[in-house]
Amino acid sequence: MPIVANPHKTTGFLGWIDDRFPLTKMWKDHVAEYYAPKNFNFWYYFGSLAMLVLVNQLITGIWLAMHYKPDAAQAFGSVEYIMRDVPWGNVLRYLHSTGASAFFIVVYLHMYRGLLYGSYRKPRELIWIFGCLIYLALMAEAFAGYVLPWGQMSYWGAQVIISLFGAIPVVGEDLVIWIQGDYVPSDATLNRLFALHVVAIPFVLVGLVIAHLMALHEVGSNNPDGIDIKKNKDENGVPLDGIPFHPYYTVKDLFGVSVFLAIFLTVVFFLPEVGGLFLEKPNFTEANPSVTPEHIAPVWYFTPFYAMLRAVPSKLGGVIVMFGAVAILFALPWLDRSPVRSIRYKGPIFKFAVLMFSISFVVLGWLGLEAPSEGKTLAARIFTIIYFAFFILMPFYTRMEPTKPEPARVTE
Amino acid sequence: MKQLITALTLLGASASVYAAGGGALYDFTADTGNEASVQRGARNFMNYCSGCHSVKYLRYNRLARDNDIPESQLGALMFTSDKPGDTIVTAMPAEQAAKWFGQAPPDLSLTTRARGEDWVYSFLKTFYLDSSKATGVNNKQLPGASMPHVLGGLQGYQVLHKETAPGESADAHGDGHAGPSFELAVEGSMDEKAYDDFVSDLVNFLAYAAEPGKKEMHDRGFWVLLYLLFLIPLTYLIKLEFWKDVH
Repeated sequence: MPIVANPHKTTGFLGWIDDRFPLTKMWKDHVAEYYAPKNFNFWYYFGSLAMLVLVNQLITGIWLAMHYKPDAAQAFGSVEYIMRDVPWGNVLRYLHSTGASAFFIVVYLHMYRGLLYGSYRKPRELIWIFGCLIYLALMAEAFAGYVLPWGQMSYWGAQVIISLFGAIPVVGEDLVIWIQGDYVPSDATLNRLFALHVVAIPFVLVGLVIAHLMALHEVGSNNPDGIDIKKNKDENGVPLDGIPFHPYYTVKDLFGVSVFLAIFLTVVFFLPEVGGLFLEKPNFTEANPSVTPEHIAPVWYFTPFYAMLRAVPSKLGGVIVMFGAVAILFALPWLDRSPVRSIRYKGPIFKFAVLMFSISFVVLGWLGLEAPSEGKTLAARIFTIIYFAFFILMPFYTRMEPTKPEPARVTE
Repeated sequence: MKQLITALTLLGASASVYAAGGGALYDFTADTGNEASVQRGARNFMNYCSGCHSVKYLRYNRLARDNDIPESQLGALMFTSDKPGDTIVTAMPAEQAAKWFGQAPPDLSLTTRARGEDWVYSFLKTFYLDSSKATGVNNKQLPGASMPHVLGGLQGYQVLHKETAPGESADAHGDGHAGPSFELAVEGSMDEKAYDDFVSDLVNFLAYAAEPGKKEMHDRGFWVLLYLLFLIPLTYLIKLEFWKDVH
């Protein structure tokens, strides 16, 4: 029975595959004939870098799991075993621990890019939502991973975060015990967080990344001008302002990757603790349920939300505000009512709002690292309000503000 | 290269001051590259500390290999029953130790990473006489410390003078913050300089023990960055070459 020849007219081994599997089609759709706007700037490196860091985490994670012991009695020692006795173990461990922070850095910058250029606007709402889900999964993954070394901060961080569920009325207390598998964080807790960290969440994370990219390639990439390049096509249906992702953006991203690696590996090899920011000092002491550290602070990437949690006097209120701060990101595509996408053509009120939002996020991040004081709590409250005001008032200030005219074609 | 490492270390150090708040009374940065000092520190540790404290993640032969100690001399460091591949454990039973001291003497493998090198240095230098304590001494760096002044025979015993108010620096180093002022009440077998060297060696050893692979990390990092130094312009040129035809 003759088979229908594949439309790419490939022959030989590739032809044999293409007759049975859309290999060449996938290559063309997603790489060689995926037309991206030619005016990508600095901000557009962070998507491919996030992918790089994800792969780094997956690979180093697999090798770490070969030596790590998910057992409250052995976990801390097994990390030191990796650091001292496993060949290249210290490199693997620092690649993974620094990779966690690097992941958040590139993801925060990647999200910020979306915010600046309106990449969440129609028809890219689902790309944004998948992205927010990735961010959520990433936070869960980072939390579970931070518990695994079973140091003091692992233990007490887990205790603080899990106890947040206790704020839920009626079922809260029972829920905490159910999550921990014990009355306090213990071996059972460590074991299940290990299962979540190495199997469940990475599975979800990779699936979401695929969905994020599929949605992106369905509608095409936005660009710093926020205009639609598909409005101007040549006779072959190729956007005039588009260039094939490969080779143009693959070689450009290769440059981005090598610069990123220079920074990333400097941290990995020479200052993996970053003065207690990436690896907190108390975590070099084994978990001890009977000794509470004097100051429990999460790792830097959670601190903006931690500051919000502490800013609210009631525990339940704090939890609601903290989760609300993440949840509100999902609504962004419908909060922005401006006729233009990019900040380049938006008015001064939006620019001021973005500036205030950026300042509040950074300041909250700093406040979350600090021990609370009266003045700092007040500051945290003010900046929490600014953070939420940025989103809640967005439908009003984006709609009423005059915008500049968008160009027909992308600007250089 | 040395300068690069120094610069990076300084960067890290400035970040740590910001992040951890330090809280050590004296400044001290360990030099784990000083093999002679680490060797002396290891000897001092085995003689004065290992009776109570373990370094349970450090193996004797690793210590020897990293610090140029011939295996033949390792016997001088080890207790008779130890083998070169063993880790440095203490003979003191933890349960009874907890009874004797109120808490078991902690393992010191990672103390410099958890507390800071300057913290350990300051701790060992700020024991002072305090008759209200069962051990007869207290510690300025760790008030209420349950450890007796084991090194008292070397340093001597000092008394703590009334603390100086912040700002009016009493000590001659005058590095901005006021330190405690001590006066020697009982002479030890070492003078101030010799004791300071003794403590420095000990902290250098502990800092080495906290991360024996650090030097190797730095060596590998050097080659990695050197490679990237060549890769970055190369990838940039490739990018330029391809992008020539994008208008």
